[in-house]
This record gives sequence, structure tokens and C-alpha cells, in this order.
Amino acid sequence: MVIKVSELPEEEMILPGTRLCSGCGIQLAYRWALKALGPKTIITNPASCSTVCGGVGGYTPLKVPAFYCCFETVAANAAGAAAALKAKGQDKDVVVLAWAGDGGTYDIGIQGLSGASERGDNFIFACVNNQAYMNTGIQRSGATPYGATTTTTPILGKQQLNKNMRKIMEAHGLSYIAQTAASHPRDIYEKFKKAREFNGKGVRYIEILGTCPPGWGFPTDQSVHMARLAVETGYWPLLERIEGKLIISQPSKRYLDKSKRKDIREFLKGQSRFRHLKEEDIKIWENYIDAQWDEIREELHKQGDI
Amino acid sequence: MVRTEQDIKLEKKVSQTILASQQTPAVGEAGHTGEWRTKRPILHTEKCLVVKTGKLTCNLCWLYCPENTVSRSIPPKFNYDYCKGCGICATECPAHAIEMISEKEAPSCEGNEGGN
Amino acid sequence: MPERKVLTGNHAAAYACKSVGVEVVAAYPITPQSPVVEKISEFVESGELPNTQFVTVESEQSAISAVVAASQMGARVFTASSANGLAYMYEILCWAAGSRLPLVMCIATRALGAPWSVWTDHQDAFSVRDVGFIQQFVESNQEAYDTVLMSYRVAEDPRVYLPAFVSYDGYILSHTMMSVQIEDDDKVREFLPPLKPHIHLTDFENVHSVNPVTPPGLTVRPEGNTPGYYEFRYSMQKAHEYAIEVIEEVAKEFETKFGRAYGNGIYKPYKADDAEVLIFAVGSVASESRGVVDTLRDEGIKIGLISLKLYRPFPIQHLRKAFNKAKLVVVFDRDVGYGMEGILAAELKSALYAADHRPIIRGFIVGLGGRDITADQLINGVKKAIEEQDNREVQLDTHVDFIGLQLNELGFKKEEI
Repeated sequence: MVIKVSELPEEEMILPGTRLCSGCGIQLAYRWALKALGPKTIITNPASCSTVCGGVGGYTPLKVPAFYCCFETVAANAAGAAAALKAKGQDKDVVVLAWAGDGGTYDIGIQGLSGASERGDNFIFACVNNQAYMNTGIQRSGATPYGATTTTTPILGKQQLNKNMRKIMEAHGLSYIAQTAASHPRDIYEKFKKAREFNGKGVRYIEILGTCPPGWGFPTDQSVHMARLAVETGYWPLLERIEGKLIISQPSKRYLDKSKRKDIREFLKGQSRFRHLKEEDIKIWENYIDAQWDEIREELHKQGDI
Repeated sequence: MVRTEQDIKLEKKVSQTILASQQTPAVGEAGHTGEWRTKRPILHTEKCLVVKTGKLTCNLCWLYCPENTVSRSIPPKFNYDYCKGCGICATECPAHAIEMISEKEAPSCEGNEGGN
Repeated sequence: MPERKVLTGNHAAAYACKSVGVEVVAAYPITPQSPVVEKISEFVESGELPNTQFVTVESEQSAISAVVAASQMGARVFTASSANGLAYMYEILCWAAGSRLPLVMCIATRALGAPWSVWTDHQDAFSVRDVGFIQQFVESNQEAYDTVLMSYRVAEDPRVYLPAFVSYDGYILSHTMMSVQIEDDDKVREFLPPLKPHIHLTDFENVHSVNPVTPPGLTVRPEGNTPGYYEFRYSMQKAHEYAIEVIEEVAKEFETKFGRAYGNGIYKPYKADDAEVLIFAVGSVASESRGVVDTLRDEGIKIGLISLKLYRPFPIQHLRKAFNKAKLVVVFDRDVGYGMEGILAAELKSALYAADHRPIIRGFIVGLGGRDITADQLINGVKKAIEEQDNREVQLDTHVDFIGLQLNELGFKKEEI
């Protein structure tokens, strides 16, 4: 069951007045992830929008310690921090959170993440995926979905599908993998709580769909709505894989039934980055979503869950 | 000028004091981000579920605010010093109790105010 | 009790890590560095280093990243690499120094590709000149062991707080067995007290973040302004300048405690007192030059050697003194500053430019990519330099001499051009 709003804790880990854009989905995700992990969290963060959230100069909005690192090195940093905490006997008490964007995860950061995952280093890796290099000015990344215009796919839009990072992480056999979205703060909260409970069981990977008003091209008040549409159209299923077992999270369960899913056009038409898409492009999106659910259904069936 | 004893002492002190770039937590790291706003949220309390029921049950405005500038209280209050005016609270409010009004029409452009 | 062992340079470095009780090690295999971390793994798995975490990373970049992170948690850390692996670390080496982290790493020196070469030269070590590390070269396996010990002491000194490299020649030291005295752990602990870190990320009572975007200007705060990027860089330069006296002090203390000295900890003079001609070199080239000095002394040439141990900070004042009587300095560089000249030669010229006494400095390139350096080649270099020392045209010529090329055998013959 999804936690009640009234049961959520009051204590905030990010103080108001940050540098992030108005209506930033990443900030909402960051807020709830840190509320779940609590004050005994050490963040390591590579170049990303979240670095901007950390502040410039002598002040930071973060009420938990963070150390910033080079773009490709966040997982190795987290591994080293976790090793030091273990050497000092603080690993039970303190959790290390690697908080990276999609570039720092899918692209430049994948080697370090893969290495740490294989070794079973003890930390939570969060990929807050806003589907392009937003902080440097909306350039295409391995996470950019099909058709999206970015400043490096300015006219035609991206001609390839996004990388399936979740499957790559699943292939590493992690103890805990989850997918969530900025539209579902309570889902974010619960998944980070659970990831923390898996302390000592290697890398826990959580990917969050983080909406970006300027990068995706929608008004700031639509940030939560747009992420919710990604879930409701079946494009972005909320799920977990716990010790290998696939679990579809409550808000996404109904979308196993294709007829319950909203039309993907609702998601695409609300964003200027997809403005140019033609019917045949939308077909590609529809096929992507159908194939994704077919696979999920097949696996749930194998598990005896449906 | 040749460095004096004092110069050397100062240089040493600097080199032993200014080490790694560090930060401490503070509200308003980016300044009064409320100044970014073109529209501000106002609460129509008569429609607000929290006010109507007298219970902290809905509070979706608090849940969805990225900036943490809406309080979980009866009634919910906006922190206008830092609210960037994104309007998510207004869009997400199930009772349509929050309205985004132009800053120019706002009764007062300064300070912390509750719902009106 | 101290123990005498016959060890390779790599294993001597590994024993040094054991002696200082490193808490986190992360390293990635590369020839000729690999055995140093293999040995540390052995210490960890056998329980000889019970409190050490070894992170078997998937790349050098991750190796240095992991130890930089661990160092920020207040742990004593170690890593090592060579050539291309070192180059792959470059970005994070800057991060380590920029955070003033007291980490120590070894470089088993090796030529940089392309083309591939696994053999020694000093190009890799010199290519990380400007990252902000203390840089040292050693000539023996005992010196490698001792210098790692001293480096932790210097790096962790609150007057310094800088990371340090200890470079030893690939194969020539890394894989060659020599007798090494391993000191008693308790005695090492007396020499090297526990690390007092200046970053306290695990202090949850006083939360702070490290290495954010740091603007050109100050952050003005009622509780005290914080520096801009420029002040951090100034501070790092000054830390380097004043580290020299700490390095000297630590070398003296090391000598008192353990009875071994490497010159003044800055450079090692050999028959230099009355020398009119001085060879200037580091590492394997300096070692080889000792024999050359003996041979030429037998021929009646008043020659000596200044073997540089401390390359960064560059000990300008010490070098001005060391060369204040020599007429001629012959520099043998196992490296090239491409488009300029040998790096040591260029830097020595720069250091002596404002000196009262400016000897003639003649640079030669030797032994790149592991090309054997014979004593004869060095002797010929010295003799050529002596012969031409009064020839102003030679002094003005900016072309760089490479010793030991085999162009003739490749069909490049002067007489046929």
C-alpha cells in the first residue's frame, strides 16, 4: 500500500531558495529521496543539474553532507566512500547516496556504475533521468527518447531509441532496483526507504523520471502532470526488482491492461520537444510501450504472479 | 619589496587555512527566489480540503512543491520569500482551491503570507 | 623488530602501505605497477592488514576516484599506476590536489603510448606536473619504501595537506630485487601519527558539503566570507612553496629515527662539493650517472651529480645553492617537453635564471621508451658538453640532442643526405 500523506515525515533535507529552475521535477525527486534517507546520508554528486541545486560558493540548501565529483566518477566515489565508512565501522549507520543525472548514469558514468555493481559496493545509486544533458543546455543523451529534439538533435529529433538502462542494471543482478517518477513522491519515498533497508547488499539502483520544463518544453505547472502522464500512458512503469523478482508498483499495476493506459499522444503533445512527431513516429512509441508491457507480463506470468 | 617576516607568516597562514572549498547549509542559497515569480499562488480557503475537514489529510500542495515552500498546516501557507511561482500546487490541487494570480495584482509583493 | 627482506620496488611500496596502515586502497592493474597492488591484496586477504578495504576497481579513473572519496571520509588511502593509467587519472588527480587531500600514490614510471611501450621513461610522471601533487623520484627500493613513509608524514602535515607521488622506474626498480629494511610498525606509528583530516563529512553535527561550484569571487557571509576559486589556487601554490621546509624537516627526523638519509630529502649530491661539471637527473638516469661520475673522476674530470629527489615543489633555492660553483651542468632527461626540450633542463634553466651564478646548462634526451642507457653514452654526452661549453653558437642552438638513437641502422646517413 502507498503511504498516506499524513504519515510522511515533516523534516526537510533541502532548504528552500535553491538555484534550480521553477517547477523542476528533479528537485521534487531530490526532496523526497532525502526525506526518506534522513540526516545520516552522505551524497556524492557528479556534474549535473543537482550540482546547481547544491549551490554556488559558501552556502548550500542541502542539510546533509555532499561531496561533488567529476562527471564519470560518481559510482567510484560512492564505492570509495562506502569502503572508508566500512574501514571506520560507520557503514551500518551512514548511507552513501550517489545522485547522478542520466548523462552521469547512462553515458559517461556507466563504466564506474557497472564496476561498482559487479563488485557489490555498498551504496544507493539514484539516476534522476530528465532525458538529456539539461544542465549544459539540453543536449542529447543515451537516455533521450526517440524523436525528442534537443540542441544536438535540433531538427529531426533523436533518431534512436533510448538505452534500456534498467535492463543493464538488472543484468548485474542487483539486490534492489526500482523505477519511479517525479509525479509520485510517495512512491519515491517508499523506494528510497526500502533501498536503505538493503544496506550491506551491494549497489541499490533507483531510476527516477525527472521532468524538465525548459528541456521538454512545457509550462512549469505541468511538471508533475507530465511525469504522471508518462506513468499513465504506460511509457514509464513504476516497478521494483527485489532480489531478482519483478514487482509492479501499485500505481502502475492497472496498466498491465492496455485499455487502461492513456493515449501516448497526451504525453507527447504536451511537450514542444515532440511537436514535430508524425504518426509513424508515434507508432514507434506505441510499439515501444507495448513491447515493454509484453515483456513485463511474460515475466510476471513466469513468476506465477498473473 | 622583499617579503617580510609578516608576509611569510601571512602566506603560511593562508596556505594552512584555505584548504578545500566547503559550504554550510542555509535557506535562500540562491537569494530570495520569490523574486523570480511572475505569478503567485493564493489559497481560496473555502475550497481547501484541509481547511474544510480540519485534518491534515490532503496536503498535495505540500507534497508536490519542489521548493518546499508550502506548509503542511491548516490552512496551508505559502512561503512567498522563496516560492518560485511554478504553479504545480495550483495544477495539482484536487479542489482547485489554489489560484495563480499575477504578481502585479498581488495584494502585497513582500514577505511571508498565509492563504487568503 | 625491523626486518630485512629482499624485495622488488613494487613490493617495497606495498610493504610501506602495510607499515603505515592504509585504510582504503583502490587500484587497477597496469604493467609495471601491478605487483604493488597484488601484494597489498595479499596483505588484505591474508589478514595481515585487517582494517584495510581494497576496492578492486574497473579502471584507473575509478581507482583514484575511490581513494579521493575515501580520503574525504578521513581515511588514509593509497593507489598506484603507470603511464596510460596515470594519464587516465588526470582529471581526478587535479580533484585530489584541489581538495588538498593527503593521499599518497606511487608511479612505476613507463613510457606513454602511442605507440605502446611497457618500458620505462619519465614522461608519465612529468606529464602530471601541474596537477598540484608533491612529486618525488627515487633510486632504490629502500628509498621507495622510505619515501612512501615520509610522504604520508608530509602530506598529512597540517602545514602542507597536499597529495604526493612517489615515482620509481618501471622494471629498473619496480621488478628488481634489492635488500629493503622493513621497519617495526610501532616505530612507524611514532613517526607517523594518526591522520587528522581537514574535511569532516561524517560530522553530522556540523554538516557541510565539499567542492561545490566555487565562483571567481568570495561568498559574503555574516559568519565569515568563503574564498573564491582564485584564493584556493593561491593557497595551493603557497602550500607547495612552504612544503619544502617541511619535507626537509621530515627527512631529518626520519634520519634520526631510522638512520637513513637521501641527501637533504630534496636532492642527493654525489661528489658534488668540488665539481666543476655537474650532472642533473632523476631516478634511473641519476643512478646510472653515479658510475659515470666515478669513471670520469678517474680520468681527472672534476665532475659530480645532483640527483633530484623532490621535483614538485621545485626546490629553486636549493638548486641555486647546489649549482652555485659549477661551470657546466649536463642534464639528462628521460622525457621530452615536446616542442621545447627536456623538462628538467628547461626547469633548471628557469630556476637558475635569477641566480647570482649561472652555469652553462646543456640538456640531452636519453632512454625514451626503455631504450638502454649505457654508461658510454652518458660519458660521451658529458664530454661533448665539456668540449662545446665555450662555443657560443652551440649555446644559441635550440635543437635538442637525443643520445643513443640508431638512425644509421635505419638508413639515415648524414653523408648520404
